[in-house]
Amino acid sequence: MKTYADIRALAGRRKRLGRKAVAGLMAAFLLLLSIGFLLPVIFTFTNSFMSASEISANYGAVFATTRTGGRVFIGRTVMLKFIPDIVTFSQYATVLFKSPAYLFKFWNSVLYTVPIVILQLAVASLASYGFARKRTKVKEIIFFSYIILMLMPYQVTLVPNFLVSRALHLVNTHWAIWLPGIFSPFAVFLLTKFMRRIPSGVLEAARIDGAGEWQIFSLIALPLSKGGLASIAILIFIDYWNMVEQPIVLLEDEEMHPLSVFLSRINGGEISLAFAVAVIYMILPLLIFLYGEEYLVEGITYQGGIKG
Amino acid sequence: MRKRLTKEQRDTLRTWLFLAPSLLGVLVFFVAPFGVVIWYSLVNNPVQHVPVGLANYFRVARNEAYRLAVWNTIRFSLTAVPLSVLLSLLAAILMEAALPWKSFFRSCLLSPLMVPVASVVLIWQVLFHYNGLVNAVLGVHIDWLKSEHAQIVIVLLFIWKNLGYNMILFMAALASIPRDLIEVSQIEGAGRFTVFFRIKLRYLSATILFVTIMSLLNSFKVFRETYLMTGEYPYDSLYLLQHFMNNTFLALDYQKLSAAAVMMSAVIILLVGILFIAEDRFGRDIED
Repeated sequence: MKTYADIRALAGRRKRLGRKAVAGLMAAFLLLLSIGFLLPVIFTFTNSFMSASEISANYGAVFATTRTGGRVFIGRTVMLKFIPDIVTFSQYATVLFKSPAYLFKFWNSVLYTVPIVILQLAVASLASYGFARKRTKVKEIIFFSYIILMLMPYQVTLVPNFLVSRALHLVNTHWAIWLPGIFSPFAVFLLTKFMRRIPSGVLEAARIDGAGEWQIFSLIALPLSKGGLASIAILIFIDYWNMVEQPIVLLEDEEMHPLSVFLSRINGGEISLAFAVAVIYMILPLLIFLYGEEYLVEGITYQGGIKG
Repeated sequence: MRKRLTKEQRDTLRTWLFLAPSLLGVLVFFVAPFGVVIWYSLVNNPVQHVPVGLANYFRVARNEAYRLAVWNTIRFSLTAVPLSVLLSLLAAILMEAALPWKSFFRSCLLSPLMVPVASVVLIWQVLFHYNGLVNAVLGVHIDWLKSEHAQIVIVLLFIWKNLGYNMILFMAALASIPRDLIEVSQIEGAGRFTVFFRIKLRYLSATILFVTIMSLLNSFKVFRETYLMTGEYPYDSLYLLQHFMNNTFLALDYQKLSAAAVMMSAVIILLVGILFIAEDRFGRDIED
């Protein structure tokens, strides 16, 4: 005969089993979703090791049609191949040693992104200290307009951006990309939120000990915002590494375009190289992601809720 | 004779010195030119500067291409934003449960944020080509990027790119809900659904609104993906506001361009305003 306790134990076991099943289902769903999310990257990666003839046999049709506009009917499906017939590094060799155009565009991307990341952070760390220290009505209003500016899509900033560049004779120079990037309000917004979290007692104590404003900023506030600086650096980096709108408007000279724009213009002849170039282009952000995921997550979390 | 500043004034001056570089840059590169844009939108051309009132605005509003672009942008935003908010909320809720490999899932779902769009555009084109894998799997014959279905592709790309970002925001919000509140309600006999709808959703409301508006603003930026996938002249249903801007820009019609930009910024300011008011409201609501 089953006692009451037995029944309870049985029910408990069932409940636990049910919970396990639900958890398993959820994990399976997330696993599928995760694999789906990774697929584009994995495919790009594996395809970069294909020989030129294999790539054009597989995808020639796709790129012949997307570029010229006309539709070419071929009998069979364009196969998305997962594993190359022959693994070869020849595409990488060609990109790295025989086609300087790609490396040159890659260098352009570095040349635009790195100064913007460093200088935007420099300008922003000063400004956000100013914003975080003593909140006054005027400052709040200015900070609010920074937020609005930050949220403007490029449709709106395109014209103002171009007008300044033209007035200052910057069109078609690196400065046309650098300057608006350096003074972008984005980093100011986020870093201010980080700096406002510094307990005012810490800063007050330094002040009482006779530290000057500059000392408090550089020796206390800045080191305490290190995590914030790292996560903002990642967010700025990925934004400008991905840049498309600014170069096509502000740089007429295609030689000056970053790889992001150039990659989409690879024409029929060099399709075989495209995957290798794509991999080279995403290696850097992915490495940053691997090492800095926690910072990235922290940065995103801080963006939640607009006011500081 | 130079007056000596009081301690208070010197202090204020110092703060403003910290702000000066940024303020100057923002003024020169964003605010001043935007003033010029407003002025441009009200005159007949950049040479004569004859005021024409709102004529430029009417000219833009009547423009076929502009209407198409606005319609496509709205249509895209109305599909992509709710979908991406719901899916990322769902993902965040799943991630809250005690599951194995959670950090692996988080990394996978967040990684598209860091992958340059230009790098995966090729794969995306191969997938959705007329002879591509998606058609083969689904057994249909659609030239995705050159048909009425083109927006679906961009919506998927948008969700792929933004899901992880939104999920992180939701996860942070879920984590900030006081545990004891949930425990108490469970002791009082509240089931899973009651806890979710009565407690969690209430705490999440501010974040849901924030994520929705941020996604809306991000959805205006989907031009980047569209441009890389389909170039300067996409299929009609992918002709977005930024395409209109670029083409008007190439035609050097600054008046039309300025009017369009001013209208667009009015919409953005409205959205940000809503966000602010709502944040104030909800924020107070929860603290009470």
